Amino acid sequence: MTTTTAAGAGPLVIAGVALPSRLLLGSGGYPSLDHLARALAASGTGVVTVALRRVEHAPGGLYDVVARAGVRVLPNTAGCFTAREAVETARLGREALGTDWVKLEVIGDERTLLPDAVELLRAAEQLVGEGFTVLPYTTADPVLARRLEAAGCAAVMPLGAPIGSGLGILDPHAVAMVREAVDVPVILDAGIGTASDAARAMELGCDGVLASSAVARAHDPAAMAGALALGVAAGRRAHQAGRMPARAAARASSAMAGRPGGSPA
Amino acid sequence: MRATVNGAERSLPPGACVVDVLRACGIGEDERALAVAVDGEVVPRTAWGGTRVPDGARVEVVRPAAGG
Repeated sequence: MTTTTAAGAGPLVIAGVALPSRLLLGSGGYPSLDHLARALAASGTGVVTVALRRVEHAPGGLYDVVARAGVRVLPNTAGCFTAREAVETARLGREALGTDWVKLEVIGDERTLLPDAVELLRAAEQLVGEGFTVLPYTTADPVLARRLEAAGCAAVMPLGAPIGSGLGILDPHAVAMVREAVDVPVILDAGIGTASDAARAMELGCDGVLASSAVARAHDPAAMAGALALGVAAGRRAHQAGRMPARAAARASSAMAGRPGGSPA
Repeated sequence: MRATVNGAERSLPPGACVVDVLRACGIGEDERALAVAVDGEVVPRTAWGGTRVPDGARVEVVRPAAGG
């Protein structure tokens, strides 16, 4: 049985496309293409990200696995450090994969892999102008999220923690503020380490979760993909249910009045 | 003439088109999910046969790779 509130009913819709799942997966870091194929199937995802690399550095076969899985391919601009590089890579991705969608990454620092906000916004404006559906990977910054939305991005993808760290959501308040700041879908990207992180993202109001290393580097990637899907679903349901207010002091749920041996009424 | 293909300098016959560069690299032009840029501009697949590669051009030939 599926129960949803009116406000949260229906699937995740990005740029008018309804997706079959609120979990998006990456394709990097798997022990083998077979592991990737099984993880895609177990996750129920409708979107998988890929990078674009020179043919000498990109063994064939990945595209066939993704095509067979019947999922939408989301090319990224991973490894780009300037808006110019990211725009060129996005155009190559559009040509190679026949999609206007791009996961826009413009990295500012090799150690942290944090986004370069200035270059990111510049690249987003350029690509939106060229007709791309832009999903920018961004710091969890509500001000920048609003700027990206104003630039015409189809979603924003704040990070929970540095790429590949598996540290979870380090600043949940910032993620919640990003959710409040924009109307476009918010996809938590980077930092997810396990199912509870995915649930937490959804409890904070995120519309979806993109996980990559959490699945690829799990001992059993397919099992973790299934676990993340459950985490996303549980977190979504909890968000819609409306959690109780948290409080520091205890509050009994059993009435004190009428207990045996107590004072008469 | 010479061109830099994926960072490596290559000798090409005069008047070589994009498709000739692919063949010289041992890449079948029928391969799916391939993209080519010459001097930073994407050359659509339909134009690979008719687009000449200028002498000294920088050519990038890419395809999908594992990534997050």
